[in-house]
Amino acid sequence: MAYGETPSQTVGPYFAYGLTAGQYAYDFTDIADPTVAGPDAAGEHIRITGTVFDGEGNPVNDAMIEIWQADANGVYSEKPVDVSETGFRGLGRCGTGTDAKLRFWFDTVKPGVVEDAGAPFVNVIVFMRGMLVHAFTRFYFDDEAELNAKDPVLQSVPADRRDTLIAKRVETPTGIEYRIDIHMQGDAETVFFDV
Amino acid sequence: MSTFKPRDWGSHAPYIAPGYKSTILRGPTQAPLAIKSGLTEGTGPRFAPASVRELDFDLTKNGVVNGEPLGERIVVHGRVMDTDGRPQPNILVEIWQANAAGRYVHKVDQHDAPLDPNFRGSGRCFTDDQGNYKFYTIKPGAYPWGNHFNAWRPNHIHISLFGPGFATRLVTQMYFPGDPLLDLDPIFLGTEDAAARERLIAKFSIDKTEEGFALGYQFDIVLRGRNGTPMEN
Repeated sequence: MAYGETPSQTVGPYFAYGLTAGQYAYDFTDIADPTVAGPDAAGEHIRITGTVFDGEGNPVNDAMIEIWQADANGVYSEKPVDVSETGFRGLGRCGTGTDAKLRFWFDTVKPGVVEDAGAPFVNVIVFMRGMLVHAFTRFYFDDEAELNAKDPVLQSVPADRRDTLIAKRVETPTGIEYRIDIHMQGDAETVFFDV
Repeated sequence: MSTFKPRDWGSHAPYIAPGYKSTILRGPTQAPLAIKSGLTEGTGPRFAPASVRELDFDLTKNGVVNGEPLGERIVVHGRVMDTDGRPQPNILVEIWQANAAGRYVHKVDQHDAPLDPNFRGSGRCFTDDQGNYKFYTIKPGAYPWGNHFNAWRPNHIHISLFGPGFATRLVTQMYFPGDPLLDLDPIFLGTEDAAARERLIAKFSIDKTEEGFALGYQFDIVLRGRNGTPMEN
């Protein structure tokens, strides 16, 4: 190894006018936003939403969540991400500081199963003030119990912690939602991965 | 699709670094579970050329309302490469920072220092085919924060980049050489390895300094390499 990695540093509390400008109403363009799949994307349209909690159970109002997922056919898009895209983009980014309940949300389609996985899932990165290194996790889906039982990564997680990765399907008047909270610490501490 | 080498955790801070108080309740307490790198980890977003507009790389111009921003003009050059020295072309680099007085445009920043009507403090660019990037900006000021009595952040520029894959994602901060606040800053010091910390400090460069216009700095960024045979030389 010829060169050492550049250390990670915290995203800090003031990222919004650089990274999530549209969501926070700053005068700058976006490269990604909470829309992962526009209305023209094929597949079942869903919203994924949840809250990030700190070690005292308080919601975090200055986290940034990014997700990267396969399309409804289980394929990662090789098309450049473009926020004017009305179809599938694959990437989403959302801060937790604009929703009245401090939730993150993503409008997307339910991913298909990627070739080397057993179950559908969404890749997640958590950033916030107070984290010097971002953390990787995944969201799986609770109505896919049969496939979840065959997913090598999910099954590598100790059984008593697997639930921290599984989003719960809820039918709402505005559509299908999957709800999943991220707990940084505590009895329900989310499983994070070294990828 | 090649996979990425494991993250070198020795180059990074622990999740809980008690000197930086916010980590105590926000850092995961359990070690991250290692998973085998697969199709997913080797993929990652690319970005459309339209993601970067003409003035996005020039923070001295992209927030102008009625005049020039105040402060010391600088130009930051850097190369994005991996741990085997391979240049990383066409990588999107995003930056954001405080103004010359140490004040962020962010609505939550209530530090008693003036906003600059002609400076927003955010921008982005792509690396070229040799992995090089360049920004013009104003040298950011130091500012106080609530971590402990008389705590001041050293001058810094926040940098966010998507490398070639989702697994290479990096958010970091670039510091300036000779800043006396570095040795007092729990965020900088959160990285325990002194040699790794040095990689967070840009180098002043008279060669990159533009005559009569802007001081030059060089800040190279190193991402995880790929498994397989390293490039020769």
